Amino acid sequence: MSDNERSSDVSLKIMGGRLLGSHSGDSANRALLVRNGRIAATGEAAEKATAKQTFDAKNCVIAPGFVDLYCNLREPGNALKGNIASETRAAARGGFTTVCVSPETSPVNDSRAVTQLVRDGAAANSPIRVLPVGAVTRGLDGEMLSDMEGLTAAGCIAMGNGSRGVRSARVLRRCMAYAQTFGLTVMLRPENQSLAADGYAHDGLVTTRLGLLGIPEVAETTSVMEMLLLAEETGVRLHLSQLSCGRSVEMIADARRRGIAVTADVAMHQLVFTEDALSGFDSRFHLRPPLRSEADRRALVAGVRDGVIDAIVSQHLPHETAAKQAPLPDTEPGLSSIESVLSLGLGLVRRGELTLAELTRGLTTGPASVIGRSASIGKDDIADLCVFDPDASWVAGSQSLISAGHHAPVLGQPLPGVVRLTLVEGREAWASPEA
Amino acid sequence: MSALLGIDQLLDELENGLRSLLAQRGIASPVLIGIRTGGIWVADILGKRLGIEEPFGELDISFYRDDFSRIGLNPKVTPSRLPFDTEGRDIILIDDVIMSGRTIRAAMNELFDYGRPASIILGTLIDLGARELPIQPDVAGQSLVLNAQQRVKLRGPDPLRIELQEAGQ
Amino acid sequence: MTANAASPNHLQLTREGQLRHFLTLDGLGRELLTDILDTADSFIEVGERTIKKVPLLRGRTVVNLFFEPSTRTRSTFELAAKRLSADVLNLDINTSATSKGESLSDTLLNLEAMASDMFVVRHAQSGAPHFIAQSVTPGVAIINAGDGRHAHPTQAMLDMLTIRQHKGGFEGLKVAIVGDILHSRVARSQIRALNELGAEQVRVVAPGTLLPRDVESLGCTVEYDMAKGMKGVDVVIMLRLQNERMEGALLPSEREFYRLYGLSQEKLALAHPDCIVMHPGPINRGVEIESAVADGPQSVILNQVTNGIAIRMAVMSMAMGGQLAERQKKMSKLTERGLV
Repeated sequence: MSDNERSSDVSLKIMGGRLLGSHSGDSANRALLVRNGRIAATGEAAEKATAKQTFDAKNCVIAPGFVDLYCNLREPGNALKGNIASETRAAARGGFTTVCVSPETSPVNDSRAVTQLVRDGAAANSPIRVLPVGAVTRGLDGEMLSDMEGLTAAGCIAMGNGSRGVRSARVLRRCMAYAQTFGLTVMLRPENQSLAADGYAHDGLVTTRLGLLGIPEVAETTSVMEMLLLAEETGVRLHLSQLSCGRSVEMIADARRRGIAVTADVAMHQLVFTEDALSGFDSRFHLRPPLRSEADRRALVAGVRDGVIDAIVSQHLPHETAAKQAPLPDTEPGLSSIESVLSLGLGLVRRGELTLAELTRGLTTGPASVIGRSASIGKDDIADLCVFDPDASWVAGSQSLISAGHHAPVLGQPLPGVVRLTLVEGREAWASPEA
Repeated sequence: MSALLGIDQLLDELENGLRSLLAQRGIASPVLIGIRTGGIWVADILGKRLGIEEPFGELDISFYRDDFSRIGLNPKVTPSRLPFDTEGRDIILIDDVIMSGRTIRAAMNELFDYGRPASIILGTLIDLGARELPIQPDVAGQSLVLNAQQRVKLRGPDPLRIELQEAGQ
Repeated sequence: MTANAASPNHLQLTREGQLRHFLTLDGLGRELLTDILDTADSFIEVGERTIKKVPLLRGRTVVNLFFEPSTRTRSTFELAAKRLSADVLNLDINTSATSKGESLSDTLLNLEAMASDMFVVRHAQSGAPHFIAQSVTPGVAIINAGDGRHAHPTQAMLDMLTIRQHKGGFEGLKVAIVGDILHSRVARSQIRALNELGAEQVRVVAPGTLLPRDVESLGCTVEYDMAKGMKGVDVVIMLRLQNERMEGALLPSEREFYRLYGLSQEKLALAHPDCIVMHPGPINRGVEIESAVADGPQSVILNQVTNGIAIRMAVMSMAMGGQLAERQKKMSKLTERGLV
């Protein structure tokens, strides 16, 4: 979809509900008028205006559309695991209006051609905004620099390493220095590959009891420290992606105090689940990085609360069923999570671990600012909106999930929060059938 | 229905019956094997009464029950203990009560896994009829027909006593 | 929030608490473990008869599904199944078959077509029997014959049987487990069993590179010094050391390991005078244990073989019985509702 096509002359008035992210903060919504892809009016002015369509947002929260800094749409790649059409529709259902896609496609997004393929696919099949992230090294092999400037010109918004760790500090240092030359952001998942070795679970109580191969925290924390020092030296804009350890949060907070330009994100499931999720060998929770201890989980939630962690990501990684149908160590890592992010987050709000404002910050303004975008609801702002009913519930299952991956974190139990309407530049990207 | 005899009377009947049968068959040195649990208590007493000096054997038929496929394995199985070689011996097999005959079927299958005895005599304290297999005791202390609500229960070992229970009691 | 995964108990036990699979000792209570030991005692008696067979599994098919070669363990399972009158099929599945494209799920589908009643599973990956128990048709019992580093519950239970025979029980026992705890499925199951059965103290004795993280959470204390670890113990269990441990930079050399953690007569003298010596085998003489100790009067290593058959008979008949009882229960429920 080109910007032209996405804009719409059809006007829409959203009545009632509670407005988040307006300039005046959290408030009751009298009316919100959307016209030509932008917010045309709010409050009294909107109430008086006429519109071709109205949407009743009673009991709903109206938030800026969610922004995901890390997900996988699987295109180009194995179509059994998903494609741009299926996964962006799933994202829209989850309330996302912008997703940054991992360079870990097949082939890896390390060339202008692959970037163009992703953008063309999105233009043809995606109801939401798709922003490619380029590979920081060629083939993500960690050996040779990618054409970072060319990738950026083709439309990549940052350079990243996907889910791969880092083999060589020397290459990493050069990646950062080169990216810094062009003012690019590097989005890196910190993992020391030699310490992670053959592991696939948190090196802790559960791996000890079940005899699983562990990945110690130091696999992440030594890499975080290394990246922070290299970022300090090179001056690159560093974004640390998909954190799992409490100690990482501490180190990032320290680095920020010293003035290092670093931002960070965490996957929603890291805020909700711990190593215990593996105690029945449940292959869905085979994740990379692994789910860690309860202390880590609490520290990550606190990091989101305090703003040390800027963004909450889906880390959506859909698979065909067979990829998870094997003894745990033989399965592929990753959750089909993008449709469940909001529900898991609302669970945290219900348990008092996060406020609704902290949750939505992590899903909207936090990630938007990392990639230099805004996410707010005010006159003339782009109409990227997510309207959800926090008290309605739904059940994830192979029938109800849109993603090609049916390995969602919670299956067969009611989950709080149903997205009623997702608007991208004023156009309907998702409307809940039951609304 | 005739009244249930007292335990001493039942033991007397069984002892006398066995004595005459052994005499009639000319068996001089039989060995006793009781089926767990009630049969062991009865075998213990009979051994003394019949003056059999060899210690009696104990048979646990859990591994031979034909209801394994319906209820699984009895979790309280204990090893069978036959302190003699059964090959060529005259065996008196004792159980407290015989009804369907299935327990005795299992017991004889088990016995034959130890070897080939010369003969087996079956003695039970009570015969309740209701047979499902062509197996009959050679000697029974009393034959009794119960109505559907009634059960006979042997309690022991010391003192050994027998009770007639009405369902719902 | 907890994940909605099947707990081992949920998978292993019927509603009535009968065993229906035997995957791990986690979640099995003292009473059930004691029932297993008692039942095994009865099977030891069966092994002393002229005909060493009972008819419990007559007409049932037991498949020994070994994804990791182990002639010794497979033979005892085979003998156990045959003594229960089952038909036995041995399948050594070369793991390279899996790399040729056939997944474990496909292999299982093929085997189920043979109408098997029980799979005895040995697999190099932790949790494989768990996965199989969740994927097979209801009614098929899964017995774990060792999975990865996770569990080897029949081996641990036969060791418990051996200990009970020599020590009478577990109350007040001090047990040392020496060697490569990190990679040992046997040690994990033993520690669990000893704790559940009421042993006073379980010590693990090893260098830091051969201990899993937070090993104390399994229910044991740690001794780096073997002399301290051996002091006053009633039972010492020596674990097998794989040669590849030197390559992984976990140990400097066999010689140094033997000097520090090998069981010599001098070290054994530090234990209680009646201390028994155990080893799950096969033994590396001169690496884990001195020959004079392995063959000495305190060694009960050979005893463990007889017990292995009896324990496997017990577990197989209990799990098959649980499956059959459950099936019967479902059938009678259907009959009640007039569905059959």
